[in-house]
Amino acid sequence: MAKRIDVSGLTAYYGAHKAIEDISMTIEPRSVTAFIGPSGCGKSTFLRTLNRMHEVTPGGRVEGKVLLDAEDLYGAGVDPVSVRREVGMVFQRPNPFPTMSIFDNVAAGLRLNGVTKKSELNDVVEKSLKGANLWNEVKDRLNKPGAGLSGGQQQRLCIARAIAVEPKVLLMDEPCSALDPISTLAIEDLIGELKERFTIVIVTHNMQQAARVSDRTAFFNLAGVGQPGRLIEIDDTERIFSNPSVQATEDYISGRFG
Amino acid sequence: MEISTQHTDPAPPLAAPSTAVGKRAARGATRPGDRIFLGLSRGSGILLLVIMAAIAVFLTYRAALAISKDDGNFLTTFEWNTGLLPAKFGIAVLAFGTVVSSIVAMALAVPVAVGIALFLTHYAPRRLAGPIAYVIDLLAAVPSIVYGLWGALVLVPHLSGLYGWLDAYLGWTGILSWQGGAPRSLLTVGILLAIMILPIITNVSREVFRQVPRMHEEAALALGATRWEVIRMAVLPFGRSGVISASMLGLGRALGETMAVATVLSPTFDIQASLLDPGGGTFAQNIASKFNEATEFGQDALIASGLVLFVITLLVNGAARMIINRRKEYSGANA
Repeated sequence: MAKRIDVSGLTAYYGAHKAIEDISMTIEPRSVTAFIGPSGCGKSTFLRTLNRMHEVTPGGRVEGKVLLDAEDLYGAGVDPVSVRREVGMVFQRPNPFPTMSIFDNVAAGLRLNGVTKKSELNDVVEKSLKGANLWNEVKDRLNKPGAGLSGGQQQRLCIARAIAVEPKVLLMDEPCSALDPISTLAIEDLIGELKERFTIVIVTHNMQQAARVSDRTAFFNLAGVGQPGRLIEIDDTERIFSNPSVQATEDYISGRFG
Repeated sequence: MEISTQHTDPAPPLAAPSTAVGKRAARGATRPGDRIFLGLSRGSGILLLVIMAAIAVFLTYRAALAISKDDGNFLTTFEWNTGLLPAKFGIAVLAFGTVVSSIVAMALAVPVAVGIALFLTHYAPRRLAGPIAYVIDLLAAVPSIVYGLWGALVLVPHLSGLYGWLDAYLGWTGILSWQGGAPRSLLTVGILLAIMILPIITNVSREVFRQVPRMHEEAALALGATRWEVIRMAVLPFGRSGVISASMLGLGRALGETMAVATVLSPTFDIQASLLDPGGGTFAQNIASKFNEATEFGQDALIASGLVLFVITLLVNGAARMIINRRKEYSGANA
């Protein structure tokens, strides 16, 4: 069910401002790909082009191709809504629906897809919460509001919500940056388990995290303020952190800038 | 003053620094500026309570004078006779008219207002949203007597068509039948009130919908929600208590509206089974039309009816508070 992502010549704008330019890469199914780079280099923007969330920002528009297996996400007649049902997303700050219970949060995506049968919902909610390593902590209070959980639990709830609809790809935009180290570890372990089933793309500011969780790492950079971000290189994580082929990558990961 | 502030100090934890400096800092009013501002703000708060208490005492006293001499039952009498003895007056008709016309106004205004607010915040292009919001603000600035005149001169003559249609198709319900009188009925009042309370409900709802955190909407979008589903999953639940508050503000205005009602309604002191037949009255309209020619005793009786309106408004607000509080742990406030 996990799918390959093929990006070619992707450029994204905010109004007249070009945020990222001419990015091409291939992301393998059932792997974790990490995006690293200094602030403003466009890694989050690029991530959001992969499920067509970039264009919900006023002025946001995209040129180029994103193929999910063979299907172009930006092809004529493709509905962004159905793209987002295939490509799930987890955000920087945990954002469970504050007005919904834990159960309803996880079931939200299923209900969008028209699932109403109680038994089916129960099964999927349990499976998703187990998949997000949260089941044991919340199984006795599924009807309590999701906003009452700790930050790390909320983030795992958001992951459960995202995987409940069985997406082909899971995008994570700095999923641990608002969490403490213990919760971060829990999420990282979870990522390791989820990659068996999903194609995972994670944006992170934490280079140790990228080294720990990812199979492939992409380094983004920008030439200067106001310049568009570019993909500098993408390679096996081990190689990026030991022997990158571009000098700028080495400077960044060894802390010489950024 | 000094003594009362000590009570508001939080109980010091076991090993709190009990130096003089610590204590004074906790009280937060040692510098002249702080002291002056504390005095001003506390004085304003107390002044408000004193004024409220004074009004309540005055109204209750005058009302008690009248009710004690009421020969009928103040709550159930269908009559308002305060001129000839024995006096007989009751608020049944006024309570009915006030509540019914306000319910009609709410039923018409709230859905439209929420619709406008959603359109302005989530559908309209920015170039259009600004001017529309401005026009709605203008609507709120129109004096109520102008609404009354418009209602009497424009709305009433044009409602016969609607009334005939309602009578033909929904007349069988009884509450929407029409005997063909001038459409100066509670329904017309309700329609006019709906237009009058539309701006305030729209504006407050719009503010609430605008404050829905972007991340909640993105959460819904990322799950593959359409725009309407985003509104249903993230916007409406978040804005629910705000919309209730907005509606209560509107309801408060509808309950107390005077001039527009007095201009449009043909008041009678009985209850019509149908909303379409002229007659009935509201508290505010009844007070406005009778106060000038009332004897002192008649004024006391009108004040008593005003007190009932006040109590109804309090009850309505209390009920709204309860609805909001009941789901507090689910509100967006602890997001």
